[in-house]
Amino acid sequence: MATTATPHAPDVAAPTGFWSWITTTDHKRIGILYGATALVFFIVGGFEALLIRLQLGSAENTLIGAEAFNQLFTMHGTTMVFLAIMPLSAAFFNYIIPLQIGARDVAFPRLNAFSYWLFVLGGLFMNVSFVAGPLFGAHAISVAPDGGWFGYANLTSTQYSPGPNIDFWVLGLQILGIASLAAGFNFITTIINMRAPGMKLMRMPAFTWMAFVTQFIIVTAFPVITVALVFLTFDRTFGTTFYSVAAGGDVLLWQHLFWLFGHPEVYILILPAMGIVSDVLPVFSRKPLFGYAVVVYSGLLIGVMGWGVWAHHMFQVGLGPIADSVFSATTMLIAVPTGVKIFNWIATMWGGQLRFTSAMLFAIGFIGMFIIGGLSGVMHASPPADLQQTDTYFVVAHFHYVLVGGGIMGLFAGIYYWFPKMFGRLLSEPLGKLHFVLMFIGVNLAHFPMHFSGLLGMPRRVYTYSADLGVTGFNRVSTIGTMIIALAVAVFVINVLRSLRRGEIASKNPWGSPKLEWAISSPPPVYNFSVIPTVRSRLPLWVTDGVSEIPDVPPVPVHVPGGSMWPILTASGVIVIAVAALAKSPLIAIGGALAVAVCIFAWAFEPFEV
Amino acid sequence: MLEVGGPPVQRPIEFDRAGSWLYHSSFPSARESARCAFDGMREGVTSVEGPRFRPARVIPALMTVGLVLVFVACSGDPYPQSTLHPTSDGGTAIDRLFSQIFWWAVVVFVVVESALLYTVIRFRARPERGDPKHVHGNTLMEISWTLAPAAILVFIAVPTILTIFETDGSAPANAIQVEVIGHQWWWEFRYPQLDLVTANELHIPQGHPVQLIMSSADVIHSFWVPKLHGKRDVMPGRTTRLAFTADSVGTFLGQCAEFCGASHANMRMRVMVQAPSEFDAWVQAQRQSTPVDTADRRVVAGRQLFGRTCIACHAIDGIGGAIGPDLSHVGSRTTIAAGILPNDSAGLTRWIGNPGAEKPGNLMPQFPLEPDDLAALVAYLRSRR
Amino acid sequence: MSHAAGAHYTSTGLDNRKVAFWTFIGSECLLFGSLIATYLVYEGRSVSGPTTHEILNIPLTSISTFDLLMSSLCMVLALAAVQRGDRVWARAWLGMTALLGTVFLGFQAYEFNAFVDEGLGLTTNLFGSTFFTLTGFHGGHVAVGVIWLVTLLIRSFQGKLEPDRALNVEIAGLYWHFVDVVWIVIFTVVYLIQTTPIEAAI
Repeated sequence: MATTATPHAPDVAAPTGFWSWITTTDHKRIGILYGATALVFFIVGGFEALLIRLQLGSAENTLIGAEAFNQLFTMHGTTMVFLAIMPLSAAFFNYIIPLQIGARDVAFPRLNAFSYWLFVLGGLFMNVSFVAGPLFGAHAISVAPDGGWFGYANLTSTQYSPGPNIDFWVLGLQILGIASLAAGFNFITTIINMRAPGMKLMRMPAFTWMAFVTQFIIVTAFPVITVALVFLTFDRTFGTTFYSVAAGGDVLLWQHLFWLFGHPEVYILILPAMGIVSDVLPVFSRKPLFGYAVVVYSGLLIGVMGWGVWAHHMFQVGLGPIADSVFSATTMLIAVPTGVKIFNWIATMWGGQLRFTSAMLFAIGFIGMFIIGGLSGVMHASPPADLQQTDTYFVVAHFHYVLVGGGIMGLFAGIYYWFPKMFGRLLSEPLGKLHFVLMFIGVNLAHFPMHFSGLLGMPRRVYTYSADLGVTGFNRVSTIGTMIIALAVAVFVINVLRSLRRGEIASKNPWGSPKLEWAISSPPPVYNFSVIPTVRSRLPLWVTDGVSEIPDVPPVPVHVPGGSMWPILTASGVIVIAVAALAKSPLIAIGGALAVAVCIFAWAFEPFEV
Repeated sequence: MLEVGGPPVQRPIEFDRAGSWLYHSSFPSARESARCAFDGMREGVTSVEGPRFRPARVIPALMTVGLVLVFVACSGDPYPQSTLHPTSDGGTAIDRLFSQIFWWAVVVFVVVESALLYTVIRFRARPERGDPKHVHGNTLMEISWTLAPAAILVFIAVPTILTIFETDGSAPANAIQVEVIGHQWWWEFRYPQLDLVTANELHIPQGHPVQLIMSSADVIHSFWVPKLHGKRDVMPGRTTRLAFTADSVGTFLGQCAEFCGASHANMRMRVMVQAPSEFDAWVQAQRQSTPVDTADRRVVAGRQLFGRTCIACHAIDGIGGAIGPDLSHVGSRTTIAAGILPNDSAGLTRWIGNPGAEKPGNLMPQFPLEPDDLAALVAYLRSRR
Repeated sequence: MSHAAGAHYTSTGLDNRKVAFWTFIGSECLLFGSLIATYLVYEGRSVSGPTTHEILNIPLTSISTFDLLMSSLCMVLALAAVQRGDRVWARAWLGMTALLGTVFLGFQAYEFNAFVDEGLGLTTNLFGSTFFTLTGFHGGHVAVGVIWLVTLLIRSFQGKLEPDRALNVEIAGLYWHFVDVVWIVIFTVVYLIQTTPIEAAI
């Protein structure tokens, strides 16, 4: 596709129209696409949560039956992890990383687009299962996955899960895995290789650093779940014996492989949000991040140590006292680098001039809530104690505190912080504060009682519970909390829609941030930087001469790559293969594979210059 | 308009339509940013009599509520599956460990959240303070707040490891062994030393070591009776163990704690801890077959019906299938259908009448039965004491 | 105004594609690592069906291993030829590499067929499932490599594989050598170091 090589004044608009979005390879547009799509899936996952909580709001309730409930909690978990939090983080990786390191785009713009389209199509593929029942002759309309987000063998075998539900899950995850892997290769290369002159690794913003570590975790952890899912697919489709007890197999193989992926995955979920908090706090404290190097190294340590703790998800399996002791120790150890970040964040604010903008409130809220989630996590690190906590609502409380009170709050901080950069308008602060208050109350109200219902004997993944347990009250409070969260999200959506059209116009640097992305206009020109700047400080905009001058207009013509249709076509080919697997049609599979091959060749030989 | 470094100017507070969340921020160097940032804010507002939200203030309130609830929880009976009121040696060991960790967590919580709260309050932007000093770090502090949590973790790790070995499922030679086999969605209990088999309700003697040797006939389940011990998964193709000595007589509730399919929530069990003499009596009764009262026509009819249909899956006195629970002494149980229905005529009638409605996904088919036949079957089963 | 392909400033001086490909190889190590680990964990646990001792043909597989190793040598020579602009030998060595790779696949196809005839299929037992999945994934990677090499060969004949495009061949070479190294590991772990009890074979 075309190359353009004329000088662009900052106010020259990027190409408009539907087709330009379909073929875009601009990291900024892809970031916006990721963000918008992720928020839609977040709301879908939120509805699933709402239905779950409406059912559990009363003991022995009959609002939602067992099968539907099992699908709801499976899809809630899968959606929130893979279709909401990860893509929301990806939105920021996409938009912000090149700007923070002084690059014009990511290393492989078309691969970037491919990751996005594969994500969207994969998410749609998985959610289509809700209405695909008739296609499979099922007795219900919905054949959504119902084996839990963790899909333990051998419940997921064809013997105990005969329908297409698990197949939707397995194939959907494989698709999303490919998308994440591709993005991982892309961002690692971008961060290693495309930093502006002077942007040494230890000058990069903490957000880019945490994103960097996250990408390494992605490219190492996802192959493991790929293999686990391949085994499950083969068992279900061809009759192999990977998880077959009768053939001498071990159901624990799945658990080990899954959690070898699954634990690093939770660091994939939290590190970007931690990076956002590390970027936001200094801006609204008006002093630099305290202990930058320690924050960076602790992120690295968490990424590495996260590989050594997986079996703490398996304490109730009975691996033996030695294994339990080892994993208990490694799990407790990983609390140290995690805690260190918290202290550095508090020290960042100490002595500062704190401005409580919405972004700052969410960042502080992250800290407050993550402390609680982290402490319940330490409780789980002790196997004997964990034998009472695991598989109960106590652990549900734990991970919602770290993922919602932590992750989601951090991501919202990022939204409020970077929205003006991305859209040239500020989000409404009063609405933002209302959003925060409602979220804070809602998340606490929804999840704090779960500590109690868990310790009082309510297991997870139950569609109903006995009134005799005495946990009805706690459940009721949780349900009310969930509704408040829904309200909070509604306020947020209203804020976004209003501000996109009527928000206050943002200058280059409305927050007075020290980071490089605020040195250019809001939103940036399509080529980001009129000249690639030379960076001389970790705080380029707070330090005299921290960055070279960036003129408003490029002094020499800047090459801006055009769009390409091959990413979305290739992604569609992958989906065809997945559909073929569902339909058990080798012919369609071959067709899809051929389509993918053709698209890859066309992509490879397309004249496209970055 | 606020001058850089100058005194703030009083302006009337104006509320915008979004609500009363007015916020003021008035430090010179970010004047421009502040103006852009605050929708609806008017410049120069210096003080606000308005709701100033302190997020961290809610936390102590929640803690108080929490502590009250815990206190209420400690009155025992209203929480039959509570993990906080153990009645066995293993359960008590776990609870003691949990308490230690819990109080360490409370200490850390109070210290860190207070530090956060204090920081957030004390260092609110104030124009008179001027721009803060750029402090990039402090090695001593970093070392301190790395070592301090590590030290606390040692205090948690040591008792943890000791308790791991204490609760590893090994038992003395004189322990009563019970084979626990998880099924979708009921529990099979076999006493190999006592030549006994029952389902869903486990009887054990007080004060005597018990060892559960567990596996599954189908998918992964988890055996969990919170008041007696932590949970342990039961898996096909593998054997897991739990061992404990119950110290109080009573009935303790439990349920499956590993997602096992449609009726995971309906897979419950009860453990009856009995005085040793009563346990012996129970064992005796279970090992004998209950004679059939031939005078009761309904019971006789029910028995015949059982022998024609139910026997394919259920055994009574050693005769019958092993797909469903052994029903030799089903009449002596307090609940049926793995703890979800009371074991009385009404419960049995509901259950046998429509198992799928009570337990979604259930493997037990619904037999078309005349009301009289159903009543006869119920009577027969209730007679099996 | 022309842009030399790939002549952009980079922080390390390495081309983006090379950095990305090394990352990809790192990721593939985890993929094959999981497959190999599963094979090892399940070794000797089949309850029925043929075992390793009965079926694996080490002499034959040694030949195919040698074949693959030689193909790596050809790959090295191909890259050298492209870098010095030697079109004739570039095509010869690229062709040879692809040919040897195809021969390897032929050996594998023969082996798979023979095993199925002797009663070991994908679903026969744990050994069958783990063996065929592991070596099948590897074979799939070889096949992709052969297609890649043939594509480069065609490009060469089109005159589009000049020294300034040597990076494409270098990266293909990286891939090819990686696939070869993985095979060395598989050959060692599956064929040479068999831990299945020999009694089980009787």
